[in-house]
Amino acid sequence: MTIDWIAFTPWSSLVGGILLGLASALFIIVNGRILGISGIVGGLLRPRTGDVGWRVAFLLGLLAAPVLFGLVANVPSPRIDAEWGTVILAGLLVGVGTRYGSGCTSGHGVCGLSRLSPRSLVATLSFMGAGFLIVYGVRHL
Amino acid sequence: MSQRLTEFLIGLLFGVGLLLSGMTDPGKVIGFLDLAGNWDPSLALVMGGAILVGIFAFAFAKRRTTDFFGGAIRWPTSSAIDRRLVIGSVVFGAGWGLAGFCPGPALVSLGAGVPQAIAFVGAMLAGMAIFEFLERRR
Repeated sequence: MTIDWIAFTPWSSLVGGILLGLASALFIIVNGRILGISGIVGGLLRPRTGDVGWRVAFLLGLLAAPVLFGLVANVPSPRIDAEWGTVILAGLLVGVGTRYGSGCTSGHGVCGLSRLSPRSLVATLSFMGAGFLIVYGVRHL
Repeated sequence: MSQRLTEFLIGLLFGVGLLLSGMTDPGKVIGFLDLAGNWDPSLALVMGGAILVGIFAFAFAKRRTTDFFGGAIRWPTSSAIDRRLVIGSVVFGAGWGLAGFCPGPALVSLGAGVPQAIAFVGAMLAGMAIFEFLERRR
């Protein structure tokens, strides 16, 4: 392993992470809910009365973020190396996997670890481990 | 402040955090997941920063019985560590490593009009619909 010091962005990543923690904190304290993106989206595919509005309001905020961010700073342009077929396959795996695993990077990785949940620790180690292995397979085998 | 507005603003804050952190750049995500290559440790700081705030916030929230609007705090009900959890998470991690998108950043990039994010979110919704279909048949 070598460290990519050129790509390393310690300050913006730390500040960004603090904002993610702050948003998760506000969501549980103000709205009494776990901020887990896959669960918020997935619940819309199982709509129940009185359980839709909050999901839509939150997701509209998430979708509006690059628009408002763009008013004060340059929206970072993403680097996407995966081909279209891989992007679609990845989306399918993320959709199925997060629902069976009951969470993703936000719900398990941020909220779950913050509340010291052993279940979320196992989930986080599982998806991080799989991510490391897949990238190793794609890039080095 | 109305409940819907707070939910919108918290979604906005979370999205801005994702943009600032570098999580919305699949190249950066894969740079973090590539331990054997030229490793970019940035995302460890994203996680560290988020948990640093979260650990105090959730300890505080656990001592409370209601949220700001007087409703019950909805804690996750399951603590099971089972095959479903592990296999689901492994499948998610495989998809995350393939394209470099997880659900939140993919939605933010969709909002920014990134074409691959539109395709990714479409496929992700299809994956979630497959899950719903299979669950209903159980």
